[in-house]
Amino acid sequence: MKFGVVKESQETEARVALTPASAEQIRKLGHECVVEAGAGARADISDAAYRDAGVEVLDSAQAVFDAADVIGKVRPPTEAEVDRLREGQTLISFFYPAENEELLKKAADKGATLIAMDMVPRISRAQKMDALSSMANIAGYRAVIESANNFGRFLTGQITAAGKVPPAKILVVGAGVAGLAAIGTATSLGAITYAFDVRPEVAEQVESMGAEFVYLDFEGDTGSGEGGYAAPSSPEFREAQLAKFRELAPDIDIVITTALIPNREAPELWTEDMVKAMKPGSVIVDLAAEKGGNCKLTVKDDRIVTDNGVVIIGYTDFPSRMAKQSSTLYATNIRHMLTDLTPEKDGTVNHNMDDDVIRGATITHKNDVTWPPPKPKQAAQAAPQKREKPKEKTPEEKRAEEKAAFTRQTRSQVMLLAIGAVLMLLVGAYAPESFMSHFIVFALACFVGFQVIWGVAHSLHTPLMAVTNAISGIIILGALLQIGAGNWLVVILSFIGVLIASINIVGGFLVTRRMLSMFVKS
Amino acid sequence: MFGMGLQSAAYIVATILFILSLGGLKDQESAKRAIWYGITGMALAVIATVFGPGVQNVWLIILAIAAGGFAGYYIAGKVQMTEMPQLVAALHSFVGLAAVFIGLNADIMLGAVTEMRASGMTMDEADLTGFGELLWMKTFVEVNILRVEVFLGIFIGAVTFTGSVIAYGKLAGQVDGKPKQLPGGHMLNLGALILCLVLGLLYFNGAGIWTIFLVALIAGFIGYHLIMGIGGADMPVVVSMLNSYSGWAAAAIGFTLGNDLLIVTGALVGSSGAILSYIMCKAMNRQFVSVILGGFGGASGPQQAVEGNMVPTDVDSVADALKEADSVIIVPGYGMAVAQAQQAVSELTKKLRDAGKTVRFAIHPVAGRLPGHMNVLLAEAKVPYDIVLEMDEINDDFPKTDVVIVIGSNDIVNPAANDDPNSPIAGMPVLHVWEANQVFVSKRGQGTGYSGIENPLFFKENTRMLYGDAKDSVQAVLQKL
Repeated sequence: MKFGVVKESQETEARVALTPASAEQIRKLGHECVVEAGAGARADISDAAYRDAGVEVLDSAQAVFDAADVIGKVRPPTEAEVDRLREGQTLISFFYPAENEELLKKAADKGATLIAMDMVPRISRAQKMDALSSMANIAGYRAVIESANNFGRFLTGQITAAGKVPPAKILVVGAGVAGLAAIGTATSLGAITYAFDVRPEVAEQVESMGAEFVYLDFEGDTGSGEGGYAAPSSPEFREAQLAKFRELAPDIDIVITTALIPNREAPELWTEDMVKAMKPGSVIVDLAAEKGGNCKLTVKDDRIVTDNGVVIIGYTDFPSRMAKQSSTLYATNIRHMLTDLTPEKDGTVNHNMDDDVIRGATITHKNDVTWPPPKPKQAAQAAPQKREKPKEKTPEEKRAEEKAAFTRQTRSQVMLLAIGAVLMLLVGAYAPESFMSHFIVFALACFVGFQVIWGVAHSLHTPLMAVTNAISGIIILGALLQIGAGNWLVVILSFIGVLIASINIVGGFLVTRRMLSMFVKS
Repeated sequence: MFGMGLQSAAYIVATILFILSLGGLKDQESAKRAIWYGITGMALAVIATVFGPGVQNVWLIILAIAAGGFAGYYIAGKVQMTEMPQLVAALHSFVGLAAVFIGLNADIMLGAVTEMRASGMTMDEADLTGFGELLWMKTFVEVNILRVEVFLGIFIGAVTFTGSVIAYGKLAGQVDGKPKQLPGGHMLNLGALILCLVLGLLYFNGAGIWTIFLVALIAGFIGYHLIMGIGGADMPVVVSMLNSYSGWAAAAIGFTLGNDLLIVTGALVGSSGAILSYIMCKAMNRQFVSVILGGFGGASGPQQAVEGNMVPTDVDSVADALKEADSVIIVPGYGMAVAQAQQAVSELTKKLRDAGKTVRFAIHPVAGRLPGHMNVLLAEAKVPYDIVLEMDEINDDFPKTDVVIVIGSNDIVNPAANDDPNSPIAGMPVLHVWEANQVFVSKRGQGTGYSGIENPLFFKENTRMLYGDAKDSVQAVLQKL
């Protein structure tokens, strides 16, 4: 089979669906690769580099469409490109079928198979071809870099001879893939990072990246949707959320919004009054600009400055702005898709519609529109767990609790002592004096034992057992005292007793010494 | 020769030395000194006894001590560190057996002395040992108390003996590790216990030595049956418990003989074992009784279904992740001991540390088959002890860790213990490995752990499974680094 990649027809798109590295991997599957001349130029990949990797470079897009059985692309195809598809040919690219239904129909009529990289189901097995995630990751990273570029201060706090610089405060709204990438970048640049998401189950992930999760005081249903995406939230929840943002706005230097809900306009989360409340020089990066923006002031594909000096960035081409990186990742996603399409690695495509991943991503096949796919069998994430906001206790509550614990402890200790004393008195009332003197020794020894053993390090428990083995060999004294008796049976039994007790003593001590000598400090 | 006073003084010194030798185990360096306190104390006690009043047959004693000492020396030099649990169990059984013998002896001698006294002999004519003289002077009440002590000593000693033998067999793999019980289960144990008590009552009323001999046999059966019913991973508790019993047996014998040193030492060992058992049970969040009676508590409701896939990986990606990582935590479990992987793990540690990475070990209290077992294995493989940390010391550090490698552990890293109130292990403190960026689990196959419960850790998105023998896997990773 021949896999062909064309130059992106949209001028501003710098990414390309094939890199020399991915071409080599694809060739290992038994496929040949062709590429349109100049396809990789804007991602710094020369035609020569393709040729070195064994890729045939063709002059025009038409030549690629003619030669290849499977076409790879980044952006959704234009009408002209769909027209070029022939029956049985496969096109792999982003497609957004919900927005392009007419084009979808047209492709189906032509008998071409479309595989939409944006429809790859979100299950663990398909992560390697989840291009939305790999692109979102880049967008999140780039959003922070872009904001830092527009922000007139350090992100990290510094104390220098020339004065103290406070760290920047960054709020990331929406902790999806892009949000998490932004959080990671922001924290590693030294900013104080806050993050918010309607799905409370991501709080743990947010905190693991070093950001602080912004909790709401809100009881009731929040917004976890299927497939790891957020769902629209209730009006009450929205109000609580906006109130929280309003409270944060004056303090925040950089806001990065990434909140998207599948197949809907982006929700408005950063209102005009919040923008007004921000300090001059603050930056907002709206990653939802494509879908109308989380901030209504955002202008798609542009950078504006508001009257109070807040920069709002609405670029939608962050991945394309890092074309080399994003092409590498996207080409790898495509390559994994081809690997799944060629299970035998023999150069022939087996379009298995029973496979969850392939079925989900295929939107037209054999003259039929196969979108939307049936629901996948597995959920993307383990069942969400409600996480309560850690409740701060007032000092009075704490004091009361401590006092209660103290009283409880005193009571149980006094009870134990009283019971112990009564038992002692009972024994003392009946037992002879000679027994009691031994009994005192016994009780004291238990007491000392408990005190001493609690101090033993956990890592030395095995040596502790071995040394107690050795000293419990003290039972040898009993046998020693009896071995001189006249009765032969007693002599034999005590002889064995002495013998095995000495095994204990010598063996126990030596093995403990051996163990202890192994413990060395680094 | 030592007089009574001098002997007592020696005993006091020995007692103090024993306490110091246990107390010295609070850290590794002082422990190395403390062991000598123990050895000195023991030597002092034995010498003061042998050369004290009323001991005869010194040549026989020297022969026995020499033979036993040689055997002990041989065993201590030869034993592998992975075999420590067996050795400890075997040594417990010796104490138990010695206690039974000494108890029987005490009864035989009591019979002889009573007879002699009844025949009108004076004490000088009878030519008694020190212990014999003690018996001679006992009043009627004191003789009865002695019988109670003999009964206790023999009963505990016999349970310790057979229990330890079975524990030894299970740990050494000579007895099947699965819990097994005769029909009747714990009712059988209860019946045997009641029978022992009845025989004990007969014995107090002077029914003769056969009663106490039977008690020894039946108690032996209880020990056997009790430990047979307990599964492999509960062995830390069992061994600690037997450790405790061996101490109480020694203490009971001390009462019989009227020897304070034995009483003190027995009590020290007994409380040490009891505390160890308590710590182990706490680490499993289980009641001591439920561990000893065997079996896990039933689930109290439907368990959370585990969703997601177990994603396998290969040594290359593990090596790559390790190369990238700055901080690594290794979580060893019994599987590491089984695969004898500690040496390879140590080399891996050394290599990573040489590359400037932070490598630490997280030890769960019940990892392995003996309290502190993992620490000893790692120490033997020359892993420095200051990077081997306890659960409480390291549990908060997982979120800041790049890579966690779990080697042969399962239940001790099961997040269900935290998340799922219906899980059989709910509430058990576990290592929060899943909070790290990336977790690799080295495991032989896809099976569940000792408790038989599914481990949601294996299905987490940041977990990758490295199937295969732990030693081979770690060595393969080493080569790729």
